[in-house]
Amino acid sequence: MAKTQKKTLDLVRREMPKQPPEVRRHNFQEVALGYSPELAVEEARRCLQCPKPACVSGCPVEINIPAFIDAIARRDFGQGIRILKEKNCLPAICGRVCPQEDQCEIKCVLTRKGAPVAIGRLERFLADWEAEQGEPELPPIAPPTGKKIAVVGGGPAGLTVAGDLIQLGHQVTIFEALHKMGGVLIYGIPEFRLPKAIVAREVDYLRRLGVKLVTNFVVGKTRTIDSLLEEFDAVFIGAGAGLPWFMSIPGENLNGVYSANEYLTRINLMKGFLFPNYHTPIKRHKRVAVIGGGNVAMDCARSALRLGAEVRIIYRRSRQEMPARLEEIENAEEEGVIFEYLTLPIRYHGDENGWVKEMVCVRMKLGEPDASGRRRPIPIEGSETVFPVDAVIVAIGNSPNPLIPSTTTGLEVGKRGNIVADEETGKTTKERVWAGGDVTTGAATVILAMGAGRKAARSIHQYLTSH
Amino acid sequence: MFRVVASRMIVPNVHLLTLEAPAVAREAKPGQFVILRACEEGERIPLSLSDWDAEMGTVTVIFLNIGFTTNQLAALEEGKTIPTVVGPLGNATRIEKYGTVLCLGGCYGIGSIFPIARALKAAGNRVFTLLEARSAYLFYWEERFEAISERVIHITRDGTRGYRGHIDRLPEVVKDLGVPIDRIIINGCTFLLKRGSDASRPLGISTWVSLNPIMIDGTGMCGVCRVTVGDATRFACVHGPDFDGHQVNWEELLHRRKAYMVEEEVPFRTSRCNDHGCKA
Ligand SMILES: Cc1cc2nc3c(=O)[nH]c(=O)nc-3n(C[C@H](O)[C@H](O)[C@H](O)COP(=O)(O)OP(=O)(O)OC[C@H]3O[C@@H](n4cnc5c(N)ncnc54)[C@H](O)[C@@H]3O)c2cc1C
Ligand code: SF4
Repeated sequence: MAKTQKKTLDLVRREMPKQPPEVRRHNFQEVALGYSPELAVEEARRCLQCPKPACVSGCPVEINIPAFIDAIARRDFGQGIRILKEKNCLPAICGRVCPQEDQCEIKCVLTRKGAPVAIGRLERFLADWEAEQGEPELPPIAPPTGKKIAVVGGGPAGLTVAGDLIQLGHQVTIFEALHKMGGVLIYGIPEFRLPKAIVAREVDYLRRLGVKLVTNFVVGKTRTIDSLLEEFDAVFIGAGAGLPWFMSIPGENLNGVYSANEYLTRINLMKGFLFPNYHTPIKRHKRVAVIGGGNVAMDCARSALRLGAEVRIIYRRSRQEMPARLEEIENAEEEGVIFEYLTLPIRYHGDENGWVKEMVCVRMKLGEPDASGRRRPIPIEGSETVFPVDAVIVAIGNSPNPLIPSTTTGLEVGKRGNIVADEETGKTTKERVWAGGDVTTGAATVILAMGAGRKAARSIHQYLTSH
Repeated sequence: MFRVVASRMIVPNVHLLTLEAPAVAREAKPGQFVILRACEEGERIPLSLSDWDAEMGTVTVIFLNIGFTTNQLAALEEGKTIPTVVGPLGNATRIEKYGTVLCLGGCYGIGSIFPIARALKAAGNRVFTLLEARSAYLFYWEERFEAISERVIHITRDGTRGYRGHIDRLPEVVKDLGVPIDRIIINGCTFLLKRGSDASRPLGISTWVSLNPIMIDGTGMCGVCRVTVGDATRFACVHGPDFDGHQVNWEELLHRRKAYMVEEEVPFRTSRCNDHGCKA
């Protein structure tokens, strides 16, 4: 551990090199290029090594942040990555997509001076550095226990559970509905924010550890949870929140109106942007409206932009309330996405062939705070505005798919279809079944899904070794 | 990977493909479908199950060779493999003792309605089968239907077999049968489903259709398969594929099916014709 030492405050947060906006808006390659070792060391040296680090309490998995930053400052990158991986098995992913400004970085004492240490960027730096060192060595694996675990869903929650349990000597099989592992990391988050090669590397690591990966397998259809329990000692459900919401307004079933899931899946999973070399088509629209203000909406908007469209984000509150990561809002602004705040679509009009051609919106004003603490938007009378559009992407949220609960006996679900599970252990109301990630919380974050996977793995291991 | 066990053209431009997919075969029920990909770069397309064999671990689909992916599938030889066969998806057709059921199939739907007719017969129904095609040479599997139907009736556009004309003549067919029909079930192209439903409406016979919109994941994740049924938006993959044919908004569905007509042709025009863009 470094000693706390008096030093002059360095309040210059090191910027991470990025593709310039006018270049990146025409390609799907990663926007942020990562720190060089020099930049990383400079940034790491800004850390004050607080004796009571507040940042750690902001991280949902409590990474020992000052310690890994200190390792970077000492150029001991190997040590740094080891510290990270004690708590986070997917640092290359979290370093890129975590909402650090609301988690670890907001707690950093330097935030008060307007320059928190760039914890996420440093995390990403270490993970990328490790990848450059070639295939990581495999950790020691405990002697076989003879216990078998089925993991449903290959997203961050499922991947984490699998990685933890296989190292403890259990046999693990992941069943994934789609033809590729990765969950939202593969079908949702675009290449320009999270290169698919990084996800593939994590999946490959699990394969090398001995996890069995079964794709094209829909639990609840191909086989039920009850049937899996006959063969496996325990089941973990990490099926995510994949059911898209629509607004139920007139014209929503016109051609050219997409769920965010459909639009992003065509591009990311099916590689529609490489059509016709890949065979799934994606339209090159001219004027696209994206409804919503979260990460999903930003990803849709920036994808549509890269396919050549003029893009508007339609959001019913103001910029301050937008749930998307600040970095991604800024990226979208720089790239030329137009933001229509305080605006709500109320219907769509189609042409004679059933394609959307106009979106009718009302303008809103903000009233009193609602249950979520955000000020409630209220329509302004007589403020109808018409936008010409040839595509609309609805990105207002997702909830868990009812497929698994409806085909499983004794599994309790909550109001929004989320599977009820104990927060500390991931135990569900069904014997030998655990759950975690978006399927229990509703759409949340990668790090929370990973953290839930960790806790469930611990609880499953305890159960299996005592039964 | 899923191995091709049989692949042949059964009548002009209509292909049969039997694939090794034991997990799907074990669970398959009449009226369900699978999603296939023909190669690593391929798109995901839904095809109704026409048959399966749980013991052999195989499933059979029948399809019209009309687009890029079906063209690839049609070209598959026995022993080759494809990367995705996932299912069985959708809800099974509801099999009950209705009394007398008229099963109407056209095109690939002649294949997919067969297991439905078979199950209805086994459940104690009287089954009449009505097969529809442009011309007599497009019928197949007739001996299968003969074995389970009271009668097999044909209708052809050119009059080469049975009634001449389109399915609009359904009321006449029903009248000629001379028995009250309790339920009509239709499988086939969207036009057959729509016109069959239109034709049965005045008869007041409950009519169920198996919808076939564009799909990607087939589990309710993408929502591209949404259809309006009555006042509600439904996802054909999870709420269907069977719906009350008198409640479906056909105009909307026909538009939605045509959304990618232009793109469907692009790979044909631009692909390197020696390998069609992939290794399948
Ligand atoms: C476009 C988009 C952008 C996002 N951006 C961010 C971000 O910047 N930062 C952040 O932290 N979070 C972000 N999120 C949220 C984050 O991706 C999720 O919270 C996280 O992926 C949840 O992980 P999970 O493992 O619970 O589920 P998922 O990642 O959803 O994985 C679930 C997997 O289970 C599979 N599955 C579902 N049902 C079945 C079944 N019946 N049988 C077999 N398999 C099944 C699914 O196909 C899927 O692969 C974003 C989400 C989206 C959609
Ligand atoms: S995992 Fe996320 S919250 Fe935790 S330190 Fe890394 S970036 Fe911050």
